[in-house]
Amino acid sequence: MILNLIYRSLRQHALATLVTAAGIALAAGLLLTVWVVKTQSQAVFAATNSGFDAVLGARGSKLQLVLNAIFHLEASPGNIAAADYEMIRRHPAVKAAIPLALGDTVEGWRIAGTTTQLFDEIEYLPGKRYAFAAGRNFKLGAEEAVVGSYVAQQLGWKVGSHFHPHHGLSEEAGHEHEEHYDVVGILAPTNTPADRVVWIPLEGVQTMSGHNPLAATELSAVLLQLRAPTAGLMMSNQLNASGGRLTFAYPIGSIVAELFNKISWVDRVLTLVAWLVAAVAAASVLVGIYNSMSARARDLAILRALGARRRTVFGAVVGEAAAVGLLGAAAGFAVYAVLGGAVAALIRAQTGVALAPWQWNPVFWWTPAVLVGLCVLGGLVPAIKAYRLPVAETIAPVS
Amino acid sequence: MPLLEITRLTKTYARPGGGTHRVVDVREFSLEAGAQLALRGESGTGKTTFLNLIAGILAPDDGGIVVAGRDLAQLGEAGRDRHRAEHIGYIFQTFNLLQGHTALENVELGMAFGRGVDRAHAAALLQRVGLGDRLGHFPRQLSTGQQQRVAVARALANKPKLVLADEPTGNLDRRHGREALELIREVCRETGAALLLVSHDERVLAAFERMQDFATLNRALAEAAK
Repeated sequence: MILNLIYRSLRQHALATLVTAAGIALAAGLLLTVWVVKTQSQAVFAATNSGFDAVLGARGSKLQLVLNAIFHLEASPGNIAAADYEMIRRHPAVKAAIPLALGDTVEGWRIAGTTTQLFDEIEYLPGKRYAFAAGRNFKLGAEEAVVGSYVAQQLGWKVGSHFHPHHGLSEEAGHEHEEHYDVVGILAPTNTPADRVVWIPLEGVQTMSGHNPLAATELSAVLLQLRAPTAGLMMSNQLNASGGRLTFAYPIGSIVAELFNKISWVDRVLTLVAWLVAAVAAASVLVGIYNSMSARARDLAILRALGARRRTVFGAVVGEAAAVGLLGAAAGFAVYAVLGGAVAALIRAQTGVALAPWQWNPVFWWTPAVLVGLCVLGGLVPAIKAYRLPVAETIAPVS
Repeated sequence: MPLLEITRLTKTYARPGGGTHRVVDVREFSLEAGAQLALRGESGTGKTTFLNLIAGILAPDDGGIVVAGRDLAQLGEAGRDRHRAEHIGYIFQTFNLLQGHTALENVELGMAFGRGVDRAHAAALLQRVGLGDRLGHFPRQLSTGQQQRVAVARALANKPKLVLADEPTGNLDRRHGREALELIREVCRETGAALLLVSHDERVLAAFERMQDFATLNRALAEAAK
């Protein structure tokens, strides 16, 4: 019976119900988005290492080095000498060393010079090697490029497309190089930063016209796979203390986690905003039901006159508040589908890292539960008013 | 044993400025099962309070109200609510239909807190009061006469033993008032429910074989007049 009363009351006050539920939906959508993006981006970014254990680069910030070499964000902290690459490549603890030369772009997308070994031998995730959606790997010494899937999609490039690299990391500064590169391969999507990069042979970047010939053998960074994780700490102590020339960034996950620690205030602010929206939405349930109490007091008194117990009308009012909360929370998932999807797409566009917005997260149950709970709290005040309603005075003119 | 038996019933209200005001003081009153009785009384004489006491909507200060063998004075509020839902039908002057409910849903509400909803019975009652083609209409879509018919059907929905009617024709014009009154009396006869009606309208009172003056019944009025 209570469900019936709730349904009919919601139907009777359909507009108020929809407006209040919309406010709750917005709060739920915001909370879900903030929480999922926060928890998942921390986990996904910390786990994104493109299959490497460490990065070797010039002296500077480890975080900057990792962002530059793994995520293809930020500027390079500087170059390292070919001898340093040879030293690390031959180190007994190193299983694979992939050199990177960075600094050019094409239509805003970063160009990375490397060796064919990256695509032939490296697993970017356990058991997963780079695959070609079209074409093949570039050949060393040739003006050929392998293009990440996202870049190819954005630029509409196919095998056979060609381009002139642009000097520098921004489109405005710098100039166009003379070299003419042909796209010979398009990578299959990996959901890693590699999707946002145009890959060319290492010496292509090093000897590009206009680059400093004296630095033609230098590298921006070396990506390293170690034979055993324990070697990482030893090498970190050894290399980071070696005369202030090199930076050995290890372990990559911990270094990325530092970034999230630095910007943790952002998600605290976002979470606070989302909770404030939720509180305002719950208050609007209280105000909405409370304001309509004088209008519906007569209806409730009629119910009481027909034999409804005090607890029945109390339950009907609280249940109505809970139903509005439930309706809003359910609609919140639709808001989240749009908002969360947009944020995930933005993160993918900016970093290449793909979030999975619908992967199970405990927030999917506790957000609706908390919002319904807040709405029930909001419904308590008018419910108490309904409980105390004087039936005889409310219901009829006295004769 | 009478269906309704009242002994030494009193009800007093507090005055806003202090002190108290006795509204009902009925020494003895009874009504047999299936009987129909009209109580005559002007506005403000405590008739509605009297009906509300019988219905169990109000608790008496003192005295006994036995309806269908149960003394309401001995029941708590929840017990009186349950008893009212199961044994008493109430027809109000202002109909008191729920505006967000259809005619059929309003009649079902009359069953909901008592014996349980029986949609077929609710539809049959509306058919009986001439609204078989208005089941899905909301009160605002019905004339005042039709709204009172819905209220009559709702009061009888739970097959009550006693129907209380408080100025049931007060908001209707003469023709609709007469029709409504005939309908109420007919359906009470058909279902065997006793009818206790209060009114100040002589035309209504004249339709009853048995009529009693509330002023002689309610000693509180005589005391107030002193």
